[in-house]
Amino acid sequence: MTAVKEIKEVVTILFAGDSGDGIQLTGGQFTDTAALMGNDISTFPNFPAEIRAPIGTVAGVSGFQINFGSVEIFTPGDQCDVLVVMNAAALKVNLKNLKKGGVIIANISGFDKRNLRLAKMDEEYTIQDDKKLEGYKIHEVDVSKVTRETLKDSGMGTKSVERSKNMFVLGFLYWMYDRSLESTITFIESKFKGKQDLIDTNIQVLKAGYNYGETCEAFPTQVEVKPADIEKGVYRNIIGNEAAAIGLIAAAKKSGLELFYGTYPITPASDILHTLSKHKNFGVKTYQAEDEIAAICSAMGASYGGALGITASSGPGIALKGEAIGLAVSLELPLVIINVQRGGPSTGLPTKTEQSDLLQVMYGRNGEAPVPIIAAQSPTDCFDAAYEACRIAIEHVTPVFFLSDGYIANGSEPWKVLKGEDLPSITATFAPERKEEDAPFLPYSRNEKLARPWAIPGTKGLAHRIGGIEKENLTGNISYDPDNHELMTKLRQAKVDKIADFIPEQQLDNGNEGDKLLVLSWGSTYGVVKTAVKELREEGKSLAHAHVRYMNPLPKNLGALLSKFDKVLMPEMNNGQFVKIIRDKFLVPAIPYNKVQGLPFFTHELKDKITEVLNAK
Amino acid sequence: MTEETIVKSTEGKLAAKDYATDQDVRWCPGCGDYSILKQVQSVFAELQLDRDETVFISGIGCSSRFPYYMNTYGMHSIHGRAPAFASGLRSINPDLNVWVITGDGDSMSIGGNHFIHMLRRNFNMNVLLFNNQIYGLTKGQYSPTSEQGKVTKSSPIGSLDHPFNPLALALGADSTFIARSMDRDPKHMRALLLRAEQHHGTSLVEIYQNCNIFNDGAFFTFTEKETKGDTVLYIEQGKPLVFGANNDKGIKLDGFKPVIVDLKDNSANDLWIHDETDRVKASILTRFFDDPAKEGALPRPFGVFYVEQRDNYEDALIAQLNKSIEIKGSGNLDALLRGNNTWEIK
Ligand SMILES: Cc1ncc(C[n+]2csc(CCOP(=O)(O)OP(=O)(O)O)c2C)c(N)n1
Ligand code: SF4
Ligand SMILES: [Mg+2]
Repeated sequence: MTAVKEIKEVVTILFAGDSGDGIQLTGGQFTDTAALMGNDISTFPNFPAEIRAPIGTVAGVSGFQINFGSVEIFTPGDQCDVLVVMNAAALKVNLKNLKKGGVIIANISGFDKRNLRLAKMDEEYTIQDDKKLEGYKIHEVDVSKVTRETLKDSGMGTKSVERSKNMFVLGFLYWMYDRSLESTITFIESKFKGKQDLIDTNIQVLKAGYNYGETCEAFPTQVEVKPADIEKGVYRNIIGNEAAAIGLIAAAKKSGLELFYGTYPITPASDILHTLSKHKNFGVKTYQAEDEIAAICSAMGASYGGALGITASSGPGIALKGEAIGLAVSLELPLVIINVQRGGPSTGLPTKTEQSDLLQVMYGRNGEAPVPIIAAQSPTDCFDAAYEACRIAIEHVTPVFFLSDGYIANGSEPWKVLKGEDLPSITATFAPERKEEDAPFLPYSRNEKLARPWAIPGTKGLAHRIGGIEKENLTGNISYDPDNHELMTKLRQAKVDKIADFIPEQQLDNGNEGDKLLVLSWGSTYGVVKTAVKELREEGKSLAHAHVRYMNPLPKNLGALLSKFDKVLMPEMNNGQFVKIIRDKFLVPAIPYNKVQGLPFFTHELKDKITEVLNAK
Repeated sequence: MTEETIVKSTEGKLAAKDYATDQDVRWCPGCGDYSILKQVQSVFAELQLDRDETVFISGIGCSSRFPYYMNTYGMHSIHGRAPAFASGLRSINPDLNVWVITGDGDSMSIGGNHFIHMLRRNFNMNVLLFNNQIYGLTKGQYSPTSEQGKVTKSSPIGSLDHPFNPLALALGADSTFIARSMDRDPKHMRALLLRAEQHHGTSLVEIYQNCNIFNDGAFFTFTEKETKGDTVLYIEQGKPLVFGANNDKGIKLDGFKPVIVDLKDNSANDLWIHDETDRVKASILTRFFDDPAKEGALPRPFGVFYVEQRDNYEDALIAQLNKSIEIKGSGNLDALLRGNNTWEIK
């Protein structure tokens, strides 16, 4: 039977189940296919904190949300249109994330007594009798059973059969959204290369899912989401952490420096290490140190030796690095420190997202120790921001913070493929050799950027000593002189402030000066703020949006720009951090709007808040 | 070599003083650190080591001021972390001659973790552990190597901590070169520094160093004429373990148990013959750690305890990169930016 086709602009699907159900893989495949079909997309995986959280329990539920459309997409979407649940716990956890009247696709083999017990639900529970589900469109499939039947002649063991059941669900959704199976078939062929039986069975189950959609009468309509009107060109899909890793490699290549990455594993930063360690043929040296302190110190040792030294962690590890960052400020060596933020304090919410380390990276050191900060705004911007952090570190000879967070680090979106030659140049300058008869070498002299010479060991005639004790201006010799200390403190600050001359001015992302309200955002809230402002402007509201990437130093014109608006609203996934800096620097009565749930803002929440602020006197 | 070139090289030869900086040395007069500085400079002159190719990296402590006094590259880093800086530097430039300078607090306390990991990784560098059994710079608190019951400013009625035995710890961490010397035996120290410099791997030299301000005489039983004969055992490759004021005592192994014997009744041929490559014997030797005041105490060994040839981390790191380039080809940025899965919007 040929189903009727319904056309939609945007669809949000949430896949949810046990970590072992292959949720992330299913979501990833659906994403790749949507991208290949020309949709704009944004995704958000939501992992449980424990790798092998008890099967079937609420704590073990893993999720993957994809928002795709024929229009521009900036967020993974608020509530979803379709909720796919592989077991009872997944439904229990995620029903609130489904739009009223939305579609539920439930694997009923995940609703047996055992699963209900594990989810701490009534053992007599059935979906049909659940009053809370009234008004939703529910489709139940016994995925385990149909997968078993599909593979009954394959000779596969029960375990392998169970494992391929996500392919059935994927196939079914491909039918629902009129997608091609091709990309996933290619994926299966390469993933199971050399294991023909697994290739055959997975493809068989995928097709069975698709055919099931076609033959079962439950869904009379297929939904079509047309390609989006995206700028022409070649695209790939990219996850934020992977983009950051590639940005670092690109910066090393363009600057001609060796890349040294000293780190200690921590969620959600580890994937940068995983990606980099796959690219050793770029001359990338990854070093898994014994702890975060050794990680940053090894990276500084590498920078001292003339490499692009990089270290990465999340809040807890950044706390450990604090003393060494102070030394980097004092030594004035290039260094990139990556903080992929997660919920805090302490271990906090390791797999969830938050923007609560801004004040930590801005001020969290002893003494006066200013460090430039760049914050990425989206998964693809992780590339640009990481690249820019390297540029500033190398050209201004300074440690630089690159801030990301779990949301954009794990989220993905399409990325227009770049060429190396399109990237801005990065110039690394080492202090030149010096002959005996030349003037003495002054390791703490400065150039027009106020950067000191990067004098690497092994350079003839430049032997000199550096350290964490206050240095005499120019010579770098130890100095306890009070005036010298004040001078050096001011010089280190001036050097960071000077960077403002080498970064772009702050632009409005949307709206105009003189609009009633400016929404000022930073970091990973970009997409959702952009969407909310765009939708409200389409409703005729007077508001603008500016998004800050350069957190320290701030763009030179930011203060003047802020003064053009009556009201400034600052949404942040923390208890109000950037707002403190803005109020402090510019004395504007910016209004904080905060969410500290380990989760990103929803567009509707933000629109409500903005509307409230606009309507207030 | 022609006669002319010989003349030139002697002319351009660096003396020990050429390795000193113009900075005033700020250690207390009489501090054992002076002697170590002097021997290092003299070894540098003897080997004519290149000042521009050498880097001294230290942590924090009196001893860690050392780099300021060497006319080479140097970094006075943060407390306990020098091994980590040195590891990163060696990973990037394996041509540099890297020396780590650390104290007993720096290496055994705050930097204990980096110390053991540095040893197991076996970067090719030299580590001088200035052991004065006290926190000198912070004005005299007990350290992880202070003897139990030590009375200091922070332990007025005696410290409770059982002390570390740094060389046993190093052996446990699979160090590939383990040696001990003392500030008051410059000749011995010099010979050991030369050996350390020649070893391809992390060479650990523990140096007993007198802090005449806060722990004066901590090692006098080993360093002073009156007592050293009976307390010090100089170990040399291939030689029997003989000690005593008149070289009249020796060490024999009874199974795994070392026993002191009188050479009047025993031939030197029956004694334990020192073999630096024997790990089991080295582990017994590092455990010669008795309080010298104790009745029947084993003498304290000085010399090279153990040497092993094992791959360096940095060599392996470079080999791995080269291998990866061999297999995948040198990384192509455009291909990396493009990835494996693209689509075109027309
Ligand atoms: C993070 C940190 N904690 C504490 C100190 C204070 N401190 C400086 S040196 C030192 C101990 C030094 O002892 P040791 O390493 O034995 O060196 P020595 O002075 O005896 O040569 C301490 C505790 C510091 N500089 N940094
Ligand atoms: S305090 Fe002790 S170790 Fe420090 S310089 Fe003085 S004598 Fe030497
Ligand atoms: Mg000490």
